[in-house]
Amino acid sequence: MQQINKQTFKQKFSSYKKHPLSLFLLIIVILAAVLTFSALLFLIGYILVKGIPNITPDLFAWTYNSENVSLMPALINTITMTLISLLIAAPLGIFAAIYLVEYAKKGNKIVGIVRTTAETLSGIPSIVYGLFGMLFFVTTLKWGYSLLAGAFTLAIMILPLIMRTTEEALKAVPDTYREGSFGLGAGRLRTVFRIVLPSAVPGILSGIILAIGRIVGETAALIYTAGSVAVIPESLLDSGRTLSVHMYVLSNEGLHTDQAYATAVILLIIVMLINWLSGFVAKRVAKV
Amino acid sequence: MKKYTEIAMRGVFFVAAIASILAVALICVFLFANGIPAMAEIGVFDFILGDKWAPNNVPASYGILPMILGSIYVTAGAIIIGVPIGILTAIFMAKFCPKKIYRFLKPAVDLLAGIPSIVYGFFGLVVLVPFIRNVFGGNGNSILTASILLGVMILPTIIGVSEAAIRAVPDSYYEGALALGASHERSVFFATLPAAKSGIMAGVILGIGRAIGETMAVIMVAGNQAIFPDSILDGVRTLTANIVMEMGYAADLHREALIATAVVLFVFILIINLLFSLLNRRAK
Repeated sequence: MQQINKQTFKQKFSSYKKHPLSLFLLIIVILAAVLTFSALLFLIGYILVKGIPNITPDLFAWTYNSENVSLMPALINTITMTLISLLIAAPLGIFAAIYLVEYAKKGNKIVGIVRTTAETLSGIPSIVYGLFGMLFFVTTLKWGYSLLAGAFTLAIMILPLIMRTTEEALKAVPDTYREGSFGLGAGRLRTVFRIVLPSAVPGILSGIILAIGRIVGETAALIYTAGSVAVIPESLLDSGRTLSVHMYVLSNEGLHTDQAYATAVILLIIVMLINWLSGFVAKRVAKV
Repeated sequence: MKKYTEIAMRGVFFVAAIASILAVALICVFLFANGIPAMAEIGVFDFILGDKWAPNNVPASYGILPMILGSIYVTAGAIIIGVPIGILTAIFMAKFCPKKIYRFLKPAVDLLAGIPSIVYGFFGLVVLVPFIRNVFGGNGNSILTASILLGVMILPTIIGVSEAAIRAVPDSYYEGALALGASHERSVFFATLPAAKSGIMAGVILGIGRAIGETMAVIMVAGNQAIFPDSILDGVRTLTANIVMEMGYAADLHREALIATAVVLFVFILIINLLFSLLNRRAK
Protein backbone atom coordinates (compact mmCIF):
# COMPACT_ATOMS: atom_id res chain seq x y z
CA MET A 1 0.00 0.00 0.00
CA GLN A 2 1.18 3.40 -0.84
CA GLN A 3 0.22 6.70 0.65
CA ILE A 4 -1.35 8.86 -2.00
CA ASN A 5 0.13 12.14 -0.76
CA LYS A 6 3.69 10.81 -0.86
CA GLN A 7 5.71 10.34 -4.00
CA THR A 8 8.68 8.11 -4.44
CA PHE A 9 11.80 9.58 -5.90
CA LYS A 10 11.20 7.71 -9.12
CA GLN A 11 7.70 9.14 -9.50
CA LYS A 12 9.00 12.63 -8.89
CA PHE A 13 11.73 12.14 -11.42
CA SER A 14 9.39 10.95 -14.11
CA SER A 15 6.98 13.81 -13.52
CA TYR A 16 9.84 16.31 -13.77
CA LYS A 17 10.88 14.62 -17.00
CA LYS A 18 7.45 15.34 -18.39
CA HIS A 19 7.59 18.95 -17.22
CA PRO A 20 11.05 20.35 -17.90
CA LEU A 21 9.88 23.88 -16.99
CA SER A 22 9.05 22.74 -13.45
CA LEU A 23 12.45 21.13 -13.12
CA PHE A 24 14.11 24.29 -14.38
CA LEU A 25 12.20 26.46 -11.91
CA LEU A 26 13.09 24.12 -9.06
CA ILE A 27 16.75 24.23 -10.01
CA ILE A 28 17.02 28.03 -10.24
CA VAL A 29 15.20 28.48 -6.94
CA ILE A 30 17.55 26.12 -5.14
CA LEU A 31 20.55 27.61 -6.91
CA ALA A 32 19.61 31.12 -5.76
CA ALA A 33 19.23 30.01 -2.15
CA VAL A 34 22.58 28.20 -2.28
CA LEU A 35 24.21 31.32 -3.74
CA THR A 36 22.84 33.58 -1.01
CA PHE A 37 23.81 31.20 1.71
CA SER A 38 27.30 30.54 0.37
CA ALA A 39 27.97 34.27 -0.13
CA LEU A 40 27.34 34.75 3.58
CA LEU A 41 29.36 31.69 4.60
CA PHE A 42 32.27 32.69 2.38
CA LEU A 43 32.32 36.25 3.69
CA ILE A 44 32.20 35.23 7.35
CA GLY A 45 34.56 32.32 6.87
CA TYR A 46 37.10 34.39 4.99
CA ILE A 47 37.12 37.20 7.54
CA LEU A 48 37.33 34.79 10.47
CA VAL A 49 40.10 32.64 8.97
CA LYS A 50 42.19 35.65 7.98
CA GLY A 51 41.39 37.69 11.05
CA ILE A 52 41.50 35.43 14.08
CA PRO A 53 45.27 34.79 13.88
CA ASN A 54 45.74 38.58 13.93
CA ILE A 55 43.94 39.11 17.21
CA THR A 56 46.80 39.74 19.57
CA PRO A 57 46.95 41.11 23.13
CA ASP A 58 48.66 44.20 21.66
CA LEU A 59 45.41 45.13 19.96
CA PHE A 60 43.80 45.60 23.34
CA ALA A 61 46.49 47.87 24.73
CA TRP A 62 45.10 50.91 26.49
CA THR A 63 46.54 53.52 24.15
CA TYR A 64 46.76 53.87 20.40
CA ASN A 65 50.03 54.90 18.76
CA SER A 66 51.58 54.64 15.35
CA GLU A 67 53.43 51.42 16.20
CA ASN A 68 50.58 49.68 17.88
CA VAL A 69 47.23 50.54 16.34
CA SER A 70 45.26 49.38 19.35
CA LEU A 71 41.53 49.08 18.94
CA MET A 72 40.83 49.51 22.63
CA PRO A 73 40.01 53.26 22.50
CA ALA A 74 37.69 52.60 19.57
CA LEU A 75 36.01 49.76 21.44
CA ILE A 76 35.39 51.93 24.47
CA ASN A 77 34.13 54.79 22.29
CA THR A 78 31.77 52.38 20.58
CA ILE A 79 30.28 51.42 23.94
CA THR A 80 29.98 55.06 25.05
CA MET A 81 28.44 56.03 21.73
CA THR A 82 25.92 53.18 21.94
CA LEU A 83 24.90 54.11 25.47
CA ILE A 84 24.38 57.83 24.77
CA SER A 85 22.52 57.22 21.51
CA LEU A 86 20.21 54.75 23.22
CA LEU A 87 19.71 57.08 26.17
CA ILE A 88 18.37 59.67 23.72
CA ALA A 89 16.57 57.53 21.20
CA ALA A 90 15.05 54.77 23.34
CA PRO A 91 12.77 56.94 25.55
CA LEU A 92 11.88 59.14 22.60
CA GLY A 93 11.06 56.20 20.35
CA ILE A 94 9.15 54.27 23.00
CA PHE A 95 7.14 57.31 24.09
CA ALA A 96 6.35 58.19 20.51
CA ALA A 97 5.12 54.65 19.88
CA ILE A 98 3.02 54.81 23.06
CA TYR A 99 1.38 57.97 21.78
CA LEU A 100 0.69 56.46 18.37
CA VAL A 101 -0.74 53.19 19.70
CA GLU A 102 -2.31 54.06 23.05
CA TYR A 103 -3.31 57.70 22.91
CA ALA A 104 -3.93 58.86 19.36
CA LYS A 105 -7.51 58.51 18.21
CA LYS A 106 -8.31 56.76 14.97
CA GLY A 107 -8.13 59.11 12.01
CA ASN A 108 -5.84 61.50 13.86
CA LYS A 109 -4.01 63.45 11.17
CA ILE A 110 -0.83 63.76 13.19
CA VAL A 111 -0.46 59.98 13.34
CA GLY A 112 -0.35 59.83 9.57
CA ILE A 113 2.27 62.56 9.41
CA VAL A 114 4.40 60.94 12.11
CA ARG A 115 4.29 57.57 10.31
CA THR A 116 5.27 59.19 7.01
CA THR A 117 8.16 61.12 8.54
CA ALA A 118 9.38 58.03 10.39
CA GLU A 119 9.31 56.11 7.11
CA THR A 120 11.22 58.95 5.45
CA LEU A 121 13.80 58.93 8.24
CA SER A 122 14.40 55.21 7.89
CA GLY A 123 15.12 55.63 4.18
CA ILE A 124 17.64 58.46 4.46
CA PRO A 125 21.21 57.27 3.72
CA SER A 126 23.63 57.45 6.62
CA ILE A 127 25.93 59.90 4.82
CA VAL A 128 23.06 62.40 4.65
CA TYR A 129 22.61 61.98 8.40
CA GLY A 130 26.32 62.57 8.75
CA LEU A 131 26.17 65.82 6.79
CA PHE A 132 23.14 67.00 8.72
CA GLY A 133 24.89 66.19 12.01
CA MET A 134 27.91 68.14 10.83
CA LEU A 135 25.83 71.16 9.82
CA PHE A 136 23.58 71.17 12.87
CA PHE A 137 25.36 69.68 15.88
CA VAL A 138 28.98 70.30 14.93
CA THR A 139 28.72 73.72 13.30
CA THR A 140 25.49 75.43 14.34
CA LEU A 141 25.44 74.24 17.94
CA LYS A 142 29.25 74.56 18.05
CA TRP A 143 29.85 71.15 19.66
CA GLY A 144 32.74 70.49 17.31
CA TYR A 145 33.66 66.94 16.28
CA SER A 146 32.51 65.16 19.41
CA LEU A 147 31.05 61.98 20.81
CA LEU A 148 27.93 63.95 21.68
CA ALA A 149 27.39 65.20 18.13
CA GLY A 150 27.88 61.66 16.84
CA ALA A 151 25.51 60.22 19.41
CA PHE A 152 22.75 62.71 18.61
CA THR A 153 23.14 62.02 14.90
CA LEU A 154 22.92 58.27 15.49
CA ALA A 155 19.96 58.76 17.82
CA ILE A 156 17.95 60.36 15.01
CA MET A 157 19.05 57.56 12.72
CA ILE A 158 17.83 54.73 14.97
CA LEU A 159 14.67 56.55 16.12
CA PRO A 160 12.42 55.13 13.38
CA LEU A 161 13.68 51.60 14.04
CA ILE A 162 12.85 51.79 17.75
CA MET A 163 9.52 53.46 17.03
CA ARG A 164 8.47 50.79 14.58
CA THR A 165 9.45 47.78 16.68
CA THR A 166 7.86 49.28 19.80
CA GLU A 167 4.68 50.05 17.89
CA GLU A 168 4.49 46.46 16.71
CA ALA A 169 5.14 45.16 20.22
CA LEU A 170 2.44 47.38 21.71
CA LYS A 171 -0.07 46.43 19.05
CA ALA A 172 0.57 42.76 19.80
CA VAL A 173 -0.66 43.22 23.37
CA PRO A 174 -4.29 42.00 23.38
CA ASP A 175 -6.97 44.63 24.00
CA THR A 176 -8.44 42.47 26.77
CA TYR A 177 -5.46 43.43 28.95
CA ARG A 178 -6.29 47.11 28.57
CA GLU A 179 -10.00 46.55 29.08
CA GLY A 180 -9.33 44.52 32.20
CA SER A 181 -7.15 47.26 33.59
CA PHE A 182 -9.67 50.01 32.79
CA GLY A 183 -12.42 47.86 34.25
CA LEU A 184 -10.55 47.70 37.55
CA GLY A 185 -10.49 51.49 37.61
CA ALA A 186 -6.92 52.17 36.48
CA GLY A 187 -6.29 55.30 34.44
CA ARG A 188 -4.75 55.29 30.99
CA LEU A 189 -1.26 56.13 32.25
CA ARG A 190 -1.26 53.39 34.85
CA THR A 191 -2.60 50.93 32.29
CA VAL A 192 0.20 51.82 29.88
CA PHE A 193 3.02 51.53 32.40
CA ARG A 194 1.75 48.65 34.55
CA ILE A 195 -0.08 46.47 32.06
CA VAL A 196 0.80 47.18 28.43
CA LEU A 197 4.50 48.01 28.61
CA PRO A 198 5.55 44.99 30.71
CA SER A 199 3.96 42.58 28.26
CA ALA A 200 5.59 44.39 25.35
CA VAL A 201 9.10 44.41 26.85
CA PRO A 202 10.58 41.52 24.82
CA GLY A 203 9.48 43.08 21.52
CA ILE A 204 10.80 46.50 22.49
CA LEU A 205 14.05 44.97 23.68
CA SER A 206 14.63 43.09 20.46
CA GLY A 207 14.16 46.37 18.58
CA ILE A 208 16.67 48.12 20.82
CA ILE A 209 19.17 45.32 20.29
CA LEU A 210 18.80 45.73 16.53
CA ALA A 211 19.39 49.45 16.99
CA ILE A 212 22.63 48.65 18.82
CA GLY A 213 23.67 46.70 15.75
CA ARG A 214 23.06 49.74 13.55
CA ILE A 215 25.10 51.96 15.89
CA VAL A 216 28.04 49.58 16.08
CA GLY A 217 28.17 49.15 12.32
CA GLU A 218 27.76 52.81 11.38
CA THR A 219 30.62 54.66 9.73
CA ALA A 220 29.43 57.24 7.25
CA ALA A 221 27.29 59.14 9.75
CA LEU A 222 30.18 59.40 12.21
CA ILE A 223 33.20 60.46 10.18
CA TYR A 224 32.10 64.11 10.05
CA THR A 225 30.29 64.25 13.38
CA ALA A 226 32.33 62.28 15.92
CA GLY A 227 35.53 62.51 13.94
CA SER A 228 38.26 59.92 13.90
CA VAL A 229 40.67 60.71 16.72
CA ALA A 230 41.94 57.45 18.17
CA VAL A 231 41.90 58.22 21.86
CA ILE A 232 39.49 57.71 24.71
CA PRO A 233 38.11 61.24 24.98
CA GLU A 234 38.12 62.97 28.33
CA SER A 235 34.70 64.51 27.84
CA LEU A 236 31.71 63.94 25.63
CA LEU A 237 32.60 67.08 23.71
CA ASP A 238 35.86 65.56 22.46
CA SER A 239 36.28 63.63 19.27
CA GLY A 240 36.63 59.85 19.27
CA ARG A 241 36.39 57.08 16.70
CA THR A 242 34.22 54.01 17.01
CA LEU A 243 35.26 50.52 15.86
CA SER A 244 33.75 50.91 12.40
CA VAL A 245 35.44 54.26 11.85
CA HIS A 246 38.66 52.73 13.17
CA MET A 247 38.37 49.98 10.61
CA TYR A 248 37.66 52.47 7.81
CA VAL A 249 40.73 54.51 8.68
CA LEU A 250 42.92 51.40 8.90
CA SER A 251 41.81 49.98 5.57
CA ASN A 252 42.00 53.40 3.94
CA GLU A 253 45.58 53.93 5.05
CA GLY A 254 46.42 50.46 3.80
CA LEU A 255 49.31 50.12 6.25
CA HIS A 256 47.65 47.94 8.85
CA THR A 257 45.71 45.34 6.91
CA ASP A 258 46.26 42.66 9.57
CA GLN A 259 44.77 44.86 12.24
CA ALA A 260 41.89 45.73 9.93
CA TYR A 261 41.18 42.01 9.60
CA ALA A 262 41.21 41.67 13.36
CA THR A 263 38.86 44.63 13.75
CA ALA A 264 36.54 43.08 11.18
CA VAL A 265 36.46 39.89 13.26
CA ILE A 266 35.56 41.83 16.41
CA LEU A 267 32.81 43.69 14.53
CA LEU A 268 31.46 40.47 13.06
CA ILE A 269 31.42 38.78 16.45
CA ILE A 270 29.54 41.72 17.99
CA VAL A 271 27.00 41.69 15.15
CA MET A 272 26.50 37.92 15.39
CA LEU A 273 26.01 38.17 19.15
CA ILE A 274 23.51 41.00 18.69
CA ASN A 275 21.55 39.11 16.05
CA TRP A 276 21.44 35.99 18.16
CA LEU A 277 20.37 37.95 21.21
CA SER A 278 17.66 39.80 19.34
CA GLY A 279 16.29 36.56 17.92
CA PHE A 280 16.46 34.94 21.34
CA VAL A 281 14.54 37.79 22.97
CA ALA A 282 12.02 37.95 20.13
CA LYS A 283 11.36 34.21 20.49
CA ARG A 284 10.26 34.84 24.05
CA VAL A 285 7.58 37.15 22.64
CA ALA A 286 6.20 34.31 20.58
CA LYS A 287 5.94 32.12 23.67
CA VAL A 288 4.25 34.69 25.93
CA MET B 1 -3.19 65.54 41.32
CA LYS B 2 -3.50 62.24 39.54
CA LYS B 3 -5.27 63.94 36.70
CA TYR B 4 -2.40 66.38 36.22
CA THR B 5 0.19 63.60 35.82
CA GLU B 6 -2.17 61.96 33.39
CA ILE B 7 -2.34 65.13 31.29
CA ALA B 8 1.34 65.94 31.68
CA MET B 9 2.43 62.48 30.53
CA ARG B 10 0.06 62.65 27.61
CA GLY B 11 1.88 65.85 26.66
CA VAL B 12 5.26 64.11 27.00
CA PHE B 13 4.17 61.25 24.75
CA PHE B 14 2.85 63.73 22.23
CA VAL B 15 6.10 65.68 22.16
CA ALA B 16 8.03 62.44 21.64
CA ALA B 17 5.77 61.60 18.72
CA ILE B 18 6.42 65.01 17.20
CA ALA B 19 10.20 64.43 17.45
CA SER B 20 10.41 62.54 14.16
CA ILE B 21 8.54 65.33 12.37
CA LEU B 22 10.93 67.82 13.89
CA ALA B 23 13.92 65.72 12.83
CA VAL B 24 12.80 65.52 9.21
CA ALA B 25 12.05 69.25 9.19
CA LEU B 26 15.49 70.07 10.62
CA ILE B 27 17.26 67.81 8.14
CA CYS B 28 15.39 69.40 5.23
CA VAL B 29 15.99 72.94 6.43
CA PHE B 30 19.70 72.51 7.07
CA LEU B 31 20.44 70.58 3.89
CA PHE B 32 18.43 72.85 1.64
CA ALA B 33 19.57 76.08 3.29
CA ASN B 34 23.21 75.08 2.82
CA GLY B 35 22.88 73.37 -0.53
CA ILE B 36 20.45 75.46 -2.57
CA PRO B 37 22.53 78.69 -2.54
CA ALA B 38 25.49 76.79 -3.96
CA MET B 39 23.29 75.31 -6.65
CA ALA B 40 22.05 78.79 -7.48
CA GLU B 41 25.58 80.17 -7.60
CA ILE B 42 26.89 77.39 -9.83
CA GLY B 43 23.68 77.33 -11.84
CA VAL B 44 21.27 74.43 -11.49
CA PHE B 45 21.91 73.14 -15.01
CA ASP B 46 25.67 73.51 -14.79
CA PHE B 47 25.57 71.69 -11.48
CA ILE B 48 23.30 68.76 -12.29
CA LEU B 49 24.15 68.38 -15.97
CA GLY B 50 27.74 69.59 -15.87
CA ASP B 51 30.14 66.84 -16.92
CA LYS B 52 33.26 68.10 -15.21
CA TRP B 53 33.96 67.97 -11.49
CA ALA B 54 37.15 69.91 -10.81
CA PRO B 55 36.85 71.96 -7.63
CA ASN B 56 40.57 72.70 -7.58
CA ASN B 57 40.78 74.14 -11.08
CA VAL B 58 40.78 77.87 -11.71
CA PRO B 59 38.02 78.57 -12.47
CA ALA B 60 36.58 75.61 -10.62
CA SER B 61 33.84 73.57 -12.24
CA TYR B 62 31.23 71.74 -10.27
CA GLY B 63 29.32 69.35 -12.49
CA ILE B 64 27.96 66.26 -10.80
CA LEU B 65 26.57 64.41 -13.82
CA PRO B 66 29.41 61.84 -13.70
CA MET B 67 28.51 61.11 -10.08
CA ILE B 68 24.78 60.91 -10.78
CA LEU B 69 25.49 58.47 -13.60
CA GLY B 70 27.95 56.62 -11.36
CA SER B 71 25.28 56.11 -8.72
CA ILE B 72 22.79 55.00 -11.36
CA TYR B 73 25.21 52.55 -13.02
CA VAL B 74 26.24 50.97 -9.74
CA THR B 75 22.65 50.75 -8.52
CA ALA B 76 21.49 49.25 -11.81
CA GLY B 77 24.28 46.68 -11.57
CA ALA B 78 23.28 45.83 -8.02
CA ILE B 79 19.66 45.40 -9.15
CA ILE B 80 20.65 43.11 -12.04
CA ILE B 81 22.61 40.90 -9.65
CA GLY B 82 20.60 41.20 -6.46
CA VAL B 83 16.98 41.18 -7.59
CA PRO B 84 16.76 37.79 -9.38
CA ILE B 85 18.77 36.02 -6.69
CA GLY B 86 16.87 37.79 -3.92
CA ILE B 87 13.39 37.03 -5.27
CA LEU B 88 14.27 33.40 -6.04
CA THR B 89 15.73 32.96 -2.56
CA ALA B 90 12.57 34.46 -1.10
CA ILE B 91 10.50 31.98 -3.10
CA PHE B 92 12.68 29.16 -1.84
CA MET B 93 12.28 30.31 1.75
CA ALA B 94 8.53 30.78 1.53
CA LYS B 95 7.49 27.82 -0.58
CA PHE B 96 10.27 25.26 -1.06
CA CYS B 97 12.28 25.23 2.09
CA PRO B 98 11.91 22.39 4.62
CA LYS B 99 11.43 23.73 8.15
CA LYS B 100 14.76 22.32 9.24
CA ILE B 101 16.68 24.35 6.67
CA TYR B 102 14.53 27.43 7.27
CA ARG B 103 15.67 27.52 10.88
CA PHE B 104 19.20 28.20 9.62
CA LEU B 105 18.37 30.22 6.54
CA LYS B 106 16.28 32.87 8.29
CA PRO B 107 18.97 33.90 10.83
CA ALA B 108 21.49 33.77 7.99
CA VAL B 109 19.54 36.35 6.03
CA ASP B 110 19.18 38.50 9.16
CA LEU B 111 22.91 38.27 9.68
CA LEU B 112 23.51 39.32 6.08
CA ALA B 113 21.47 42.43 6.89
CA GLY B 114 23.36 43.06 10.11
CA ILE B 115 26.92 42.94 8.81
CA PRO B 116 28.31 46.51 8.85
CA SER B 117 28.84 48.07 5.44
CA ILE B 118 32.47 48.74 6.29
CA VAL B 119 33.02 44.99 6.67
CA TYR B 120 31.39 44.41 3.29
CA GLY B 121 33.64 47.09 1.86
CA PHE B 122 36.74 45.55 3.36
CA PHE B 123 35.75 42.12 2.06
CA GLY B 124 35.25 43.67 -1.37
CA LEU B 125 38.64 45.33 -1.17
CA VAL B 126 40.61 42.21 -0.23
CA VAL B 127 38.64 39.56 -2.14
CA LEU B 128 36.50 40.98 -4.95
CA VAL B 129 38.88 43.65 -6.27
CA PRO B 130 41.81 41.23 -6.82
CA PHE B 131 39.37 38.65 -8.21
CA ILE B 132 37.96 41.04 -10.82
CA ARG B 133 41.47 42.28 -11.64
CA ASN B 134 42.73 38.75 -12.28
CA VAL B 135 39.71 37.47 -14.17
CA PHE B 136 38.53 40.45 -16.20
CA GLY B 137 41.57 42.73 -16.23
CA GLY B 138 41.59 46.42 -15.43
CA ASN B 139 42.65 47.48 -11.97
CA GLY B 140 39.76 45.80 -10.19
CA ASN B 141 38.15 48.93 -8.78
CA SER B 142 35.19 49.05 -11.11
CA ILE B 143 31.46 49.33 -11.67
CA LEU B 144 31.35 45.55 -11.86
CA THR B 145 32.99 45.07 -8.46
CA ALA B 146 30.76 47.64 -6.80
CA SER B 147 27.68 46.12 -8.44
CA ILE B 148 28.46 42.62 -7.18
CA LEU B 149 29.14 43.86 -3.66
CA LEU B 150 26.02 46.02 -3.56
CA GLY B 151 24.02 43.19 -5.09
CA VAL B 152 24.92 41.01 -2.11
CA MET B 153 24.25 43.86 0.31
CA ILE B 154 20.69 44.47 -0.90
CA LEU B 155 19.84 40.75 -0.85
CA PRO B 156 18.46 40.72 2.72
CA THR B 157 16.20 43.73 2.03
CA ILE B 158 14.74 42.15 -1.10
CA ILE B 159 14.47 38.69 0.46
CA GLY B 160 12.75 39.99 3.60
CA VAL B 161 10.11 42.09 1.85
CA SER B 162 9.50 39.57 -0.95
CA GLU B 163 9.16 36.65 1.45
CA ALA B 164 6.56 38.54 3.48
CA ALA B 165 4.70 39.45 0.28
CA ILE B 166 4.70 35.84 -0.96
CA ARG B 167 3.52 34.53 2.40
CA ALA B 168 0.71 37.10 2.44
CA VAL B 169 -0.85 35.57 -0.70
CA PRO B 170 -3.80 33.35 0.35
CA ASP B 171 -3.05 29.63 0.10
CA SER B 172 -6.22 29.16 -1.94
CA TYR B 173 -4.42 30.62 -5.00
CA TYR B 174 -1.75 27.96 -4.78
CA GLU B 175 -4.21 25.19 -4.00
CA GLY B 176 -6.45 26.22 -6.86
CA ALA B 177 -3.55 25.94 -9.29
CA LEU B 178 -2.60 22.53 -7.87
CA ALA B 179 -6.17 21.33 -8.24
CA LEU B 180 -6.11 22.31 -11.89
CA GLY B 181 -3.18 19.96 -12.36
CA ALA B 182 -0.25 22.36 -12.20
CA SER B 183 2.94 21.15 -10.57
CA HIS B 184 4.17 22.67 -7.30
CA GLU B 185 6.67 24.86 -9.11
CA ARG B 186 4.19 26.09 -11.70
CA SER B 187 1.61 26.85 -9.02
CA VAL B 188 4.09 28.93 -7.06
CA PHE B 189 5.49 30.78 -10.06
CA PHE B 190 2.29 31.35 -12.04
CA ALA B 191 -0.39 31.66 -9.36
CA THR B 192 1.20 32.83 -6.10
CA LEU B 193 3.99 34.99 -7.49
CA PRO B 194 1.88 37.27 -9.73
CA ALA B 195 -0.38 37.96 -6.74
CA ALA B 196 2.63 39.06 -4.68
CA LYS B 197 3.86 41.34 -7.48
CA SER B 198 3.36 44.73 -5.90
CA GLY B 199 4.84 43.62 -2.56
CA ILE B 200 7.91 42.31 -4.35
CA MET B 201 8.20 45.54 -6.33
CA ALA B 202 8.14 47.44 -3.03
CA GLY B 203 11.04 45.28 -1.86
CA VAL B 204 12.99 46.01 -5.04
CA ILE B 205 12.45 49.75 -4.63
CA LEU B 206 13.60 49.57 -1.02
CA GLY B 207 16.68 47.74 -2.29
CA ILE B 208 17.31 50.52 -4.84
CA GLY B 209 17.18 53.04 -1.98
CA ARG B 210 19.74 51.02 -0.02
CA ALA B 211 22.04 50.74 -3.03
CA ILE B 212 21.94 54.46 -3.92
CA GLY B 213 22.54 55.49 -0.32
CA GLU B 214 25.35 53.03 0.39
CA THR B 215 28.61 54.82 1.04
CA MET B 216 31.40 53.01 2.83
CA ALA B 217 31.29 49.77 0.87
CA VAL B 218 31.14 51.50 -2.49
CA ILE B 219 33.92 53.94 -1.73
CA MET B 220 36.32 51.05 -1.10
CA VAL B 221 35.74 49.19 -4.36
CA ALA B 222 34.44 51.60 -7.00
CA GLY B 223 37.66 53.45 -7.82
CA ASN B 224 36.09 56.89 -7.31
CA GLN B 225 37.22 58.63 -10.51
CA ALA B 226 34.88 61.54 -11.20
CA ILE B 227 34.70 60.90 -14.94
CA PHE B 228 32.37 59.07 -17.30
CA PRO B 229 33.31 55.38 -17.45
CA ASP B 230 33.90 53.67 -20.81
CA SER B 231 33.14 50.13 -19.68
CA ILE B 232 31.94 48.26 -16.63
CA LEU B 233 35.57 47.60 -15.76
CA ASP B 234 36.20 51.31 -15.30
CA GLY B 235 35.91 53.00 -11.96
CA VAL B 236 33.15 55.44 -11.10
CA ARG B 237 32.44 57.82 -8.27
CA THR B 238 28.99 57.79 -6.72
CA LEU B 239 27.20 60.76 -5.15
CA THR B 240 27.81 59.34 -1.69
CA ALA B 241 31.50 58.73 -2.33
CA ASN B 242 31.90 62.29 -3.61
CA ILE B 243 30.67 63.65 -0.28
CA VAL B 244 32.78 61.43 1.97
CA MET B 245 35.98 61.82 0.00
CA GLU B 246 36.09 65.60 -0.21
CA MET B 247 34.14 66.86 2.78
CA GLY B 248 37.18 66.52 5.00
CA TYR B 249 39.13 69.33 3.33
CA ALA B 250 36.53 71.25 1.33
CA ALA B 251 35.86 74.92 2.03
CA ASP B 252 33.55 77.66 0.83
CA LEU B 253 31.76 76.97 -2.45
CA HIS B 254 33.37 73.53 -2.76
CA ARG B 255 31.92 72.57 0.62
CA GLU B 256 28.53 73.93 -0.29
CA ALA B 257 28.65 72.08 -3.60
CA LEU B 258 29.18 68.86 -1.65
CA ILE B 259 26.18 69.64 0.52
CA ALA B 260 24.24 70.34 -2.67
CA THR B 261 25.33 66.86 -3.81
CA ALA B 262 23.69 65.52 -0.66
CA VAL B 263 20.55 67.50 -1.56
CA VAL B 264 20.41 65.76 -4.93
CA LEU B 265 20.88 62.40 -3.20
CA PHE B 266 18.21 63.31 -0.68
CA VAL B 267 15.73 64.17 -3.43
CA PHE B 268 16.46 60.82 -5.12
CA ILE B 269 15.73 59.05 -1.84
CA LEU B 270 12.53 61.02 -1.28
CA ILE B 271 11.27 60.00 -4.71
CA ILE B 272 12.15 56.37 -4.01
CA ASN B 273 10.41 56.52 -0.61
CA LEU B 274 7.32 57.97 -2.23
CA LEU B 275 7.25 55.15 -4.80
CA PHE B 276 7.73 52.62 -2.01
CA SER B 277 4.84 53.88 0.09
CA LEU B 278 2.59 54.11 -2.96
CA LEU B 279 3.34 50.49 -3.84
CA ASN B 280 2.97 49.41 -0.24
CA ARG B 281 -0.46 50.95 -0.11
CA ARG B 282 -1.40 49.12 -3.27
CA ALA B 283 -0.05 45.86 -1.88
CA LYS B 284 -2.36 46.22 1.08
